[in-house]
Amino acid sequence: MDRAAIIGVGMTKIEKNKVRDTFADMAWEAVNKALDDAGMTIDDIDNVITTSSDFWDGRTISCMAVGDASGAAHKNVSCVEGDGTYGAFYGMTRSLSGSYKTTLVTGHSKGSQSVSSLITNCSFDPIYERGLGMDMVTACAMQANAYMNRTKTTAEQMAMVSVKNHGNAMKNPLAQLPMKLAVSDVLKSEMVADPLHKLDCSPVSDGCAAVIIAHESVASKFKQKPVWLKGVSFCADSFFFGDRDISRAKSLAQAAKKAYAMAGIKDPKKEIDVAEVYDAFTYQELMWLEEMGLADDSTAGKLLEKGEFNIDGRLPVNASGGLLSGHPIIAAGLYEMAAVVRQIRGDAGGFQVRKANTGLVHGVNGLGGQSHCVWILGKDK
Amino acid sequence: MAKRVAIVGTGQTFHKSHRPDVNGQELINEAVLRALQDAGLTMKDIDAIVIGNMDHFEGINYVDCWSVDGSGGTMKPIIKLTTGGTTGCTVAIGGYHLVGSGMFDRVLVIGWEKNSESDTTGAITTAFDPIWDRLVFAGAISGLAAEAQGYMARYGATDRDGARVSVRDRKHAMNNPHAQLRKEEVTLEEVLASPMLADPIHLLDVCPRTDGACAVIMASEDVAEKICPKPDWIWATAARHSYAYLGDADYGRLTSMREGSQEM
Repeated sequence: MDRAAIIGVGMTKIEKNKVRDTFADMAWEAVNKALDDAGMTIDDIDNVITTSSDFWDGRTISCMAVGDASGAAHKNVSCVEGDGTYGAFYGMTRSLSGSYKTTLVTGHSKGSQSVSSLITNCSFDPIYERGLGMDMVTACAMQANAYMNRTKTTAEQMAMVSVKNHGNAMKNPLAQLPMKLAVSDVLKSEMVADPLHKLDCSPVSDGCAAVIIAHESVASKFKQKPVWLKGVSFCADSFFFGDRDISRAKSLAQAAKKAYAMAGIKDPKKEIDVAEVYDAFTYQELMWLEEMGLADDSTAGKLLEKGEFNIDGRLPVNASGGLLSGHPIIAAGLYEMAAVVRQIRGDAGGFQVRKANTGLVHGVNGLGGQSHCVWILGKDK
Repeated sequence: MAKRVAIVGTGQTFHKSHRPDVNGQELINEAVLRALQDAGLTMKDIDAIVIGNMDHFEGINYVDCWSVDGSGGTMKPIIKLTTGGTTGCTVAIGGYHLVGSGMFDRVLVIGWEKNSESDTTGAITTAFDPIWDRLVFAGAISGLAAEAQGYMARYGATDRDGARVSVRDRKHAMNNPHAQLRKEEVTLEEVLASPMLADPIHLLDVCPRTDGACAVIMASEDVAEKICPKPDWIWATAARHSYAYLGDADYGRLTSMREGSQEM
């Protein structure tokens, strides 16, 4: 199979309320930054994939809000509805299918203009479930309980994820919530939905990110050394919570396995140097690491305590601060990709890790991690 | 190496204005089962699913995740594409690139809507910019009426010319067992006499609201000929969404269509 690479990244600062920016303004900023980063102009872009959600934007045909500002008015353009990691997947296939060489992928949302509770309540089945009044936070609280019960992960270990990631964010000028925290700060913060305290939860933020994907035949023609898309896979589990063991993520395990296989990775614990993992909630970072085989089952909490996943640890996880420090829905996966790209380039500034030849990017779609997308990025082809 | 892509199976529902006998998942499932049957495949053979609809019609968020029981997508890669009314082509184009890239051999592409469950006009109205455009344009029909007026002013067409399209299409529908409006044909006079919705668009100038689903299976050149004797090869695809603000539109011309056809 042909190869593709990321040759440019650009993103806005993640903020609580970008009161001066419309969706289009955010896209304009991110796209121009990505083009500058790549040393390209918009004319070098062959086609555009926007990633957006009609629900989060409150706009049907949500791609209309950003198409013009993304330079798409006279280009072939399409829209993925889901996390940015999925948008990037479609973008990659467009660069590999023979029709286009360069693909611009954007992703955006404005949490400040969303009522996240109502929006995520609408993910539940309208006939059988919605009337229960659950939303993403309560659904994930259920999952956190199941995970803690099965693995004996403690509230303190979960709180340490928050401490680590908010602390990492202090070195990332784009992050919304850099904070120096203690475990007790997390445990004392307001209980939102047991066992999730406020500081166990990511905020719902404003932001837009863009990446430029290129076919190997042109990937080296621009400013940056290409970061290769070595492996990717995505997979969706059952929809009804009653149909799955929510203390596990079968679909993530499968996606990770296939992504590793495609990238030729036999021992992920040894071969992955840096990872950005979808930490919408603290327990998720631990749970996803285990399901991806980066920690043995039920051990991620203990390994975190030992410092394994610190920025200077054996496997730095969410060195950028993660989503706990800033979570623009939909755009999230692209922010993660951009962070890993910069790590591999040696360009991550304050949150650069020591060794970054192979990086992992992980995105989630749906309630309680129903659907997962895993990417392996590498310095070498 | 990019792969050539072919359609190897299709299936759709018998489209009706209202299907109270099925929920959305069951509607999707009807189309999927028919497509699999047409191709002689089972869900085990499907490598990935592309699905699309307009969120605000059915009011369900993350439809790709919600629909797995109906689409057969449990423990498979599923991705949702949506671009409004062009979603049908968009998901087809998506399937094409997913297979053409070499990532998947057999992709199931699904489009569906259960418009009987929607406030169609209310939903479409939210497509427009909330500050500049939304208060002026309601739903699809008013915008299309403005386009029609622009076209008529530019080329001297009349509403009789538009009505002829209805007459012809309704005549063709009599031959299509899946079509919704096939009880009887319409005449030019009937179209022009039907209630005016937004000048020059009459009721019979407009498509109905429909509950329906359609599924198409695409396969790469490596496997297509093993699946069906005459695969339908896709030669090219194109799409354009020109400027979104209503003040930027070129009324009476379809710049997007022209540029799209040039890409072809």
